[in-house]
Amino acid sequence: MDKTLYSSTHEYARIEGNVAYIGISDYAQKALGNIVYVDMPETGEDFNAGDEFGAVESVKAASDLIMPLSGAVLEINEHLIDNPRLLNEDAMANWIIKIELTDPAEAESLMTEEAYAEFCEKH
Amino acid sequence: MIHRYFPHTKQEIDTMLKRCGVTSLDDLYADVPQELRLEKAYDLPAEMSEKEVRDYFDRLGSRNRRLTCFAGAGFYDHYTPSVIPALISRSEFLTAYTPYQPEISQGTLQYIFEYQSMMATLTGMEVSNASMYDGTTATAEAMMMAVAHARRRNRVLVSATLNPATRRVVETYARYHGVTVDIIAEDPQLGVTSRADLEAKLAEGNVAGVILPTPNFYGILEDLTGIADLCHANKALLILNTIPSALGVIRTPGSWGADIAVGDGQSLGMPLSYGGPYLGFICCSKALIRKMPGRIVGATKDADGQRVFVLTLQAREQHIRRDKATSNICSNQGLMALYATIYLAVMGADGLRRINEESYAGAHWLMEQLTATGKLTPAYPDSPVLNEFVMTSRVDIDELIARCIAEGILPGVKIAPDRILIAVTEMQSRADMERLVKIVDAL
Amino acid sequence: MNRDFYHSLIFDLSRPGRRAYAIPTNGCTPSIAELPPQLMRESAPQLPEVDEPTIVRHYTNLSTNNFGVDSGFYPLGSCTMKYNPKINEEIASLPSMASLHPYQPDSTVQGALEAYWNLNRALSEIGGMSEFTLNPFAGAHGELTGLMVIRAYHDSRGDAKRTKVIVPDSAHGTNPASAAVAGLKVVEVKSLPDGTVDVEALRGLLDDSVAAVMMTNPNTAGIFEHNIPEIARMAHEAGALMYYDGANLNPMLGISRPGDMGFDVMHINLHKTFSTPHGGGGPGSGPVGVRAGLEQFLPNPRVVRNDDGTFSLTRSDDSLGSVSATLGNFAVQLRALSYILSLGNDGLMMAGPLATLNANYIKESLRDLYCLPIDRVCKHEFVFDGLADKSTGVTTLNVAKRLLDHGFHAPTIYFPLLFHESLMIEPTETESIDTLDRFIDVMRSIAEEAKSNPDMVKEAPHRTPVRHPDDTAAALNPVVTYFELTND
Repeated sequence: MDKTLYSSTHEYARIEGNVAYIGISDYAQKALGNIVYVDMPETGEDFNAGDEFGAVESVKAASDLIMPLSGAVLEINEHLIDNPRLLNEDAMANWIIKIELTDPAEAESLMTEEAYAEFCEKH
Repeated sequence: MIHRYFPHTKQEIDTMLKRCGVTSLDDLYADVPQELRLEKAYDLPAEMSEKEVRDYFDRLGSRNRRLTCFAGAGFYDHYTPSVIPALISRSEFLTAYTPYQPEISQGTLQYIFEYQSMMATLTGMEVSNASMYDGTTATAEAMMMAVAHARRRNRVLVSATLNPATRRVVETYARYHGVTVDIIAEDPQLGVTSRADLEAKLAEGNVAGVILPTPNFYGILEDLTGIADLCHANKALLILNTIPSALGVIRTPGSWGADIAVGDGQSLGMPLSYGGPYLGFICCSKALIRKMPGRIVGATKDADGQRVFVLTLQAREQHIRRDKATSNICSNQGLMALYATIYLAVMGADGLRRINEESYAGAHWLMEQLTATGKLTPAYPDSPVLNEFVMTSRVDIDELIARCIAEGILPGVKIAPDRILIAVTEMQSRADMERLVKIVDAL
Repeated sequence: MNRDFYHSLIFDLSRPGRRAYAIPTNGCTPSIAELPPQLMRESAPQLPEVDEPTIVRHYTNLSTNNFGVDSGFYPLGSCTMKYNPKINEEIASLPSMASLHPYQPDSTVQGALEAYWNLNRALSEIGGMSEFTLNPFAGAHGELTGLMVIRAYHDSRGDAKRTKVIVPDSAHGTNPASAAVAGLKVVEVKSLPDGTVDVEALRGLLDDSVAAVMMTNPNTAGIFEHNIPEIARMAHEAGALMYYDGANLNPMLGISRPGDMGFDVMHINLHKTFSTPHGGGGPGSGPVGVRAGLEQFLPNPRVVRNDDGTFSLTRSDDSLGSVSATLGNFAVQLRALSYILSLGNDGLMMAGPLATLNANYIKESLRDLYCLPIDRVCKHEFVFDGLADKSTGVTTLNVAKRLLDHGFHAPTIYFPLLFHESLMIEPTETESIDTLDRFIDVMRSIAEEAKSNPDMVKEAPHRTPVRHPDDTAAALNPVVTYFELTND
């Protein structure tokens, strides 16, 4: 079953079985403004939850991408290389990396959509 | 009137203090604890008139010796065309800050764009930044760039033939930045990087980058055939340290397959000025542009559709990324980049070629003549050099240098107890070289 | 400034067959064609072909698209854009100095070494330090060098666990960046609402893993950190050293010395406090001073004065290493020494107070129309948090751009990060009351205009040679050389 969870650093994980699609939230893309570059890892790289796996840059700001869950990179979204603005157009539809989860139980520490919405309001 | 640089009259100061709601300048510092306040004025000389300042520096200048310069070792006595000091001293260039407001900084932005273009074509690389402090720090920055690019590998190989001054700076940065530097041995007969040692050290693994020079510290043009492939097969970036004036004729870092080209821009007609200011350059493949340190100028359009220039890719830099920035560098060598730009415009490809032809001819003629004295022999007779070469001496080098200086000549740089590094540019005449040969011959 | 935008690139002016060079010949016969072809360039670099008059007119025209301190008021906060005296330029290009090779034997450069030594002594007197190295090339390079000094000091004591630097959240971006390059971890300490460091928060961060506390005083909000004696005492008790970022030294000239405030290591930006021109971004110079007991850690080479009054270069094994091949940007150092001599003792004593007076004068003249988040006496600079009236939707960026229309350079904007709409103004001591009054009038008229005709401000600038460059397009698809330009 699919579920989308969020981290306090504004990444989302859309989990499908032991695979997850990682991206930035709509709130995050709005805060950054016009996105001009997405720095992505290479496929095959392993990350722990909390590791930096790349960065998103706008003209006058940059934000590191933090892994919400541990896993190995299966695929990167190559459309973002030529067209990083896809994140501004639809951050939820345009995931950044696809990973194979090493510890699906970690998902329990992430926020649900409702909890995240409340979190954003407070911050 | 307080001082010629301060416009304030006594009356104006009173008016201003009144606006500020205080009665004395001292009141503006009421928040500075008394124990921190200067108890008395500085112990420094009293105000000097311009004439006195000139006399002061003339007196210091008289304690220096102006010498006919056969010294190189990374810094070369090339001619400075008069248009350069005339143009760079225009105060709109000289007294501007970093071009943060592009609407009123197109002069600076445009010449940096020209500079980047010229450095790219000169090095055969795709892109250049707006310049670094000098060649040594540019090389250290390239090392950190390679390590950042490699993410988890932090070992860098540096050739023993790299200028030792550059090597010292690279090693210093490496020590504090947590990078391991391993020195690639040199072939003692040829004075070039040992390929066998490079291969062996690459095979040990964990290498993020390889730093090689050409021309190297001995003036030798290293044959780098196959080196880039070797580095890339080991996932290491190839960083070539080079001399831009020489790039008018020698094979470029881009052509050798380098990922990053670095060096000092001093050879582009900058005064020796006892060590600076010069300019560091860093050029790379476009794939690495976002890992590059320093400022970068890019072309864009303005609201009226005009081609204009702005600082771009700023999200790499310290004022946005702070501790995650690609480097801590904040300034570039702005005015020296203009220096290099005008120099390259004056010379063009033809002028650069002619300078190298003269330098080559002079250097090789001088090498032959010095060899004929029987006092000096070429240290690396089988290796090709452009305009700088090492001689092994049968006479005491300190004595040689002292005799030459007595005659107004700096014959070169002593690099070992019995070795001297000698450079020739378009600046030394045949007569200068003959004088040098005569002194050596008489030793 | 030229109203008409001069936009040609030197490449656009190139015509095959033109040249601007003339090169002497030495009559020597060896030919470069003797070199192995595989070591030579396959094709010539694509440099422009231009004649000398074309070059002179091109760069002269380019300069008219620029704005410098000599053009007009440049109140750029944290940059100390003071007047750059003309005599300094002549001193820097004296042939008796400019012709020296950096590797000439010491005996042939005694005058140059004496200049270096005398500047070191003057800066030591002004900084309250024991010795300065002038080798670092810029402020950020000085920060890095200073942090290396601090690491070398801890290492020499076998104290390897000090891996952190505490930096206030108001700090210049170079501070955390320099710490990262020096291999240190940055820990941020919060500022209080009055802009000064939260001493209690700092106390909680200090332990035996802290190598240094890095501060600017006055800080980037222009406020003097009056708790500095207490902060220095706490840091020293914890075994850390105090680092002074000298970017804001100017207002302390004649008032107080960083060494007396308890700082152990500091840098000075000669291109700020000591009037050397910024050159459109450089070259600068960032000398680093240390208190007694730390001299041996300064970078190689060092200049020493011998007993017989002569000067020599030395290298020591205790040193942190080298941060340059040479003694740094020597010609910039000469300018700074020339400035110190021209100002003299009395002039130096007045520079700080007058800079502070000018800043407070502007602040007090605009505080009714601009939001003043820290209502205290400032030093050389201060920060507004945008317009007081937030209802107009006019931002700090808009105000900055509208100032360009009136012939002023903009203040520093969106820094420090303490406020959303930071507008940071630093007038320096070399501006007259007439200039300040004119600036104040314009700032007031912009605040008025923000209400009466907000679009006029929001769409500014209107009168500059170029307007609203597209930053996003530039970053999205970087075109950074002439060869990448397309004809559209």
